[in-house]
Amino acid sequence: MFKIFKYSFFDLMRSRWSYVYFLFYLILGFVLLFLNNDVSKAVITLMNVIIILVPLISTIFGIMYYYNSKEFTELLLAQPIRRSSIFMGQFLGVSGSLLLSLVLGLGIPFVSYGLFKSTAIFDFSLLLVVGSFLTIIFTALSFNIAISNENKIKGFGYAVLLWLFMAVIYDGLFLMSLIVFEEYPLDTFSIAATMFNPIDLSRTLILLKLDISALLGYTGAVFKGFFGTNLGLMTSLLLLILWALIPIWRLIIKSQKKDF
Amino acid sequence: MIKIERLHKKFGKNQVLRGIDLEIEKPGIIAVLGPNGSGKTTLIKSILGMVIPDKGSISIQESLIKKKWRYRERIQYLPQIANFPGNLRVRELIKMIKDLRQQESDDKSLISLFELEPFLDKKLTTLSGGTKQKVNIVLTFMFNAPLVILDEPTSGLDPLSLISLKKLISNERKKGKTILITSHIMQFVEEVADNVIYLLEGAIHFNGTIDELKNRTNQTSVEHAVAAITKGTNV
Repeated sequence: MFKIFKYSFFDLMRSRWSYVYFLFYLILGFVLLFLNNDVSKAVITLMNVIIILVPLISTIFGIMYYYNSKEFTELLLAQPIRRSSIFMGQFLGVSGSLLLSLVLGLGIPFVSYGLFKSTAIFDFSLLLVVGSFLTIIFTALSFNIAISNENKIKGFGYAVLLWLFMAVIYDGLFLMSLIVFEEYPLDTFSIAATMFNPIDLSRTLILLKLDISALLGYTGAVFKGFFGTNLGLMTSLLLLILWALIPIWRLIIKSQKKDF
Repeated sequence: MIKIERLHKKFGKNQVLRGIDLEIEKPGIIAVLGPNGSGKTTLIKSILGMVIPDKGSISIQESLIKKKWRYRERIQYLPQIANFPGNLRVRELIKMIKDLRQQESDDKSLISLFELEPFLDKKLTTLSGGTKQKVNIVLTFMFNAPLVILDEPTSGLDPLSLISLKKLISNERKKGKTILITSHIMQFVEEVADNVIYLLEGAIHFNGTIDELKNRTNQTSVEHAVAAITKGTNV
């Protein structure tokens, strides 16, 4: 697995898009710090960007890499290598290179601004943790879509739809159902609904930590009331881990049964 | 060496293999023939574990291959269409496969045999079909395994390289290996093969030597014998 990871990772490191992604975060970090002049505020703005953008980039990157490396995969399948090692290696290669761009791209501006002297260091590291989880989750989901769809156009369509659903449509449906069923107790429903969307979950997680009640919203408030800040943090982190593990597990199962 | 029992495979509604039974014991060259879509490549990919059969079993050197991967160390495989990762250079690709297989290999003599030196630093996307096939051959023959599987080895090769390929194949045979070849070029088959397996619609219709095939169909050339067997006459 490590060898496949190495080849995928260095292959991606040579690609232009990794640098574009890295430079984007680098510029975003510097601009936000320059405009806000405050690490905590920059972290909040950054959260809003990361929560939407990281899933989008990870999904697109993941699906493109899978389809583009089809030849590479076929070559590897005839070699004495485990199937799960091939796919896990490629998955780790993609998510690894995306993580590196994210962590370095955001880390450099914040560290040079004096992150280590600021109190926001924990908030910032939580943001990076959430960003990493979203990268892993959405890369894994896009690999799942790609392995189940031979047709590139279809796979690409499903991947974009997945992102659109999780990032935009889900919240809309959620809010609508809150309005429609406002006469009923909705606490349990809204907690459950948050858990089924990694983007919502990440948002709640960060807002719980930052403790900004104005931005917390209905779900956040219910979450906080239900779990309290610390238990809420633990629960949502645990759920994010589950969100990462389930698609990876399915990827391994699916790869064992596929014909090439 | 290879033992296949009641092998079935369906792709969607398309039944590709319908109960293949095959046993190859002795070393030598076996040609797998059959019209397009008769299941040759599916059979080969099943042996390699790239296609997972619905029913039946395959064993190589007395051990079942299901859910195993290490047995592929004992197979040299030449894929039908040389699909390589395009952004790699030839040299990098050869190095990578060597690194992945971790087996003794001899690529230098093969590279000079096929005169590939000028292409070593070129990217694989820029190569012509024939040159790609030569790289493919180098990647296959640089290792030393008891089972060799060649899927359409002649495609795109010029006459000079074809001679080199035949020499390579006969060398492998002298080493006592079992070699499976699929090809549509009957002249090539007649020249190299000891045994012929004829597949039609996913079932084996003939399994024997070339002479047996000719006698059975009352034809003098393999080409006509195969044509006769396909039409279902004299069988």
